[in-house]
Amino acid sequence: MRFLSSRRRHPAAKVMLLVAALFVMGALYSVVAPASQSSADTGTSQQIAEGRALFAVGCASCHGLNGEGNGTVGGSVLGPSLIGVGAASVDFQVGTGRMPMARPGAQAPQKPNQYSEEEIAALAAYVASLGPGPEIPKPEEYDPASVSEEDIARGGELFRTNCSACHNFAGAGGALPNGKYAPALYGVSNKHLYEAMLTGPQQMPVFSDGVLTPDDKRAVIGYLNELHEQPNQGGLTLGGIGPVSEGLWAFIIGLGSLVGFAIWIAAKGAKAR
Amino acid sequence: MAKPAATATDAPSLEAQAPARELGPVFKAAAGPAKWADDRLGLAALGRKNLRKVFPDHWSFLLGEIALYSFIICLLTGVFLTIWFKPSMAEIEYEGSYQLLKGLHMSEAYSSSLALSFDIRGGLLMRQMHHWAAMLFIAAMLAHSLRVFFTGAFRKPRELNWLLGVGLLAIGLIEGFAGYSLPDDLLSGTGLRFVDGLIRSIPIIGTWAEFFVFNGEFPGDLIIARLYMVHILLVPAIILGLIAAHLALVFYHKHTQYPGPGRTEENVVGYPLYPVYMAKAGGFFFIVFGVVTLMGGLMQINPVWTFGPYNPAEVTAGSQPDWYMGFVEGAIRIMPNWESHIGGTTWSWNVAIPGLGLMGLMFGLMAAYPFIERWVTGDTGEHHILDRPRNNPTRTAFGVAAMTCYGMFWIGGGNDIVATQFRVSLNAVTYFLRVAVFVAPVLAFIITKRICIGLQRADAERLLHGAETGIIVRGPSGSYGERHVPISADEAFTLTQHVEPLPLTDGSEEEYAGVPAKEARSERLRRKATRFYFQDNLRKPSRAELEAAAHHQALEAGHGGHGDGHGDGQAPRHGHEDNGHDGHGNGNGHHAIGSSESESSTH
Repeated sequence: MRFLSSRRRHPAAKVMLLVAALFVMGALYSVVAPASQSSADTGTSQQIAEGRALFAVGCASCHGLNGEGNGTVGGSVLGPSLIGVGAASVDFQVGTGRMPMARPGAQAPQKPNQYSEEEIAALAAYVASLGPGPEIPKPEEYDPASVSEEDIARGGELFRTNCSACHNFAGAGGALPNGKYAPALYGVSNKHLYEAMLTGPQQMPVFSDGVLTPDDKRAVIGYLNELHEQPNQGGLTLGGIGPVSEGLWAFIIGLGSLVGFAIWIAAKGAKAR
Repeated sequence: MAKPAATATDAPSLEAQAPARELGPVFKAAAGPAKWADDRLGLAALGRKNLRKVFPDHWSFLLGEIALYSFIICLLTGVFLTIWFKPSMAEIEYEGSYQLLKGLHMSEAYSSSLALSFDIRGGLLMRQMHHWAAMLFIAAMLAHSLRVFFTGAFRKPRELNWLLGVGLLAIGLIEGFAGYSLPDDLLSGTGLRFVDGLIRSIPIIGTWAEFFVFNGEFPGDLIIARLYMVHILLVPAIILGLIAAHLALVFYHKHTQYPGPGRTEENVVGYPLYPVYMAKAGGFFFIVFGVVTLMGGLMQINPVWTFGPYNPAEVTAGSQPDWYMGFVEGAIRIMPNWESHIGGTTWSWNVAIPGLGLMGLMFGLMAAYPFIERWVTGDTGEHHILDRPRNNPTRTAFGVAAMTCYGMFWIGGGNDIVATQFRVSLNAVTYFLRVAVFVAPVLAFIITKRICIGLQRADAERLLHGAETGIIVRGPSGSYGERHVPISADEAFTLTQHVEPLPLTDGSEEEYAGVPAKEARSERLRRKATRFYFQDNLRKPSRAELEAAAHHQALEAGHGGHGDGHGDGQAPRHGHEDNGHDGHGNGNGHHAIGSSESESSTH
């Protein structure tokens, strides 16, 4: 420790002391202040800022500059408030191409999604920052790989009880009043199925975790996957929309071909004047 | 249409030959047992007469056969299904091989339907064939009844057979519905609930009737067993009896035939049952069987396993009955929600009117129509020659209007499917149909009647001016005209053989000093009805007109071509100037009827 006393009058000593004090302060600060929060904050706030910019371009014309909604005129909602709808809602609506809508209408139809994964995440982060709501589910929440066969059969019962009234027994979709409809469920990803149940998009009611537990939701998803993977026992499904198409084909194929054969038979062979 | 239509002159003119008396070895071997049987049954005399029964040949006469054969297929496949189906509503746990329902509680009926679909060899094929054949059975009956209606085959002496047919159609609906309800899946249970509503909508006694049918409140635990009895015993027996009576009457009345040369009200022109129609009808049975088998093998119908077991708390989008109940379903779907409460009773007009009322109206009108038309025409004669639909425009228009009305109700039955498949609003479909069920039949009536009269006009054109040849001739003056050739006498006969009913004018001949004679109201009504029916018909050309036309055509042929001598360039189509056939002077005082029509057909 001799050099401390011997060099204490050195011209650089004051500067060095100052630098050392700053280091100590910095070190102390880094210990006292919550380091993780500060670093994450910079990332999220950047994402939210990006989301906010995207929102202003693609969404704000209907949902308002701050997602507060545009109110209703004459009973029709111009753009609902997005405060509290949560990230899962955004991920579903934008991820399936339903939002932004091409034009106002009874219901937003599914269409090719125009946003990248990062952009959807940014929009979701922005909307989530407006108010607390359901988060985007993690893969282990919606992946039905772990669902047992018994639970899949139970999922079928849950589906028939809660879903088929609108979405049809085979998930082929159905009509709702005034131009609204329940879409077909063929080819919908597990994540989007889960998010739809969680957030109740468009006309759909919310199946919160209190109504359908995450296990139940996974069972329904497992049932739908299994149902749509089944081979078509009995031949062509004729659209899978029930007796209407069956009747149509009974007339076209059945009666049509038999009338054709009848004409052939009557024209063949012995012919009376 | 360029050339005269071919009348069937290609029939082989067969020389009558004495058959060889020598019997083959098979016949020799069969002679002994055949004689043994004939001595005891006496079938030879019966067969000798009936096997030679003559039937006319036309494809539309085979529509009824499609229905008959489909019914036979239903019987055959149905026997297979009864071996395994368990008509019980007892609750059991499903242990079959369809994974997605394993462990669920369901009725034995549904479980055995699943077993038929997945665990019994050929069961699914049989189930699907049974269902397709049932759909075809009723579809073919409907098509057959339309053929009979549009050709006037229901006229005397066949009114009773028409009634038997209407009965078969109505009972076919019940049979189909009972079968649809048996598997006890979600869809069939929903259909049963629908009928439960229909029964309850019967005024006053509805609830008691429901309790009687379901043995208590819906769904109870007996309805499947009861419907099973109805479906496999009661109704098939009635259908078989009605079919036997229907066919016996066809044999007794002999078959109707389309008009043509050589065909009269007294004869039947065709070939004998044996061997020609034995072969044709027998072969057609196998064709129907083949088509139904292909449909059953390749086209999925009523996939009960996707519907799940019936649970009164569940319902699925796309719940529809089979097509033949679709019109009732549609009527109920588009009906406004009317209901009234009178002294502690509920009157569900919203279900009773479209459900019970519409079915009653449809079958009532069908049953009454032959008698209504008979009253209008006052026709007491027998009819074995069929009408060409154009020659009775009002009847044809009624038929098309009824079909249109039925079609509108049909669309109503699938209004949700129409809405989703064509991306229109469900409410818009429903509101449109509420108007269309009344307006569309009227439009269809008017349009059909005009088309029929237009076709009558085309017939008159062929008679008077001959058939178009497609040869355009340029006249000396530069005009163009198409050369026509006279149609054959056979075709001319076919076009003119029909009887023309005439509209009755008001009873003015009985008027005295401006005071109309008292006339029964029904008679006045009838006069009006005949005018409604026949006033607009185009009268067929008179003999004088036909002779003038024939003379003109002969002259034309002498000229060696059309166009010269007429070449004033006024008529792009034709070049005729004769106004000879307006007026239709049949000397019966009704001459104003057709003349304004025929002006336009004159060139």
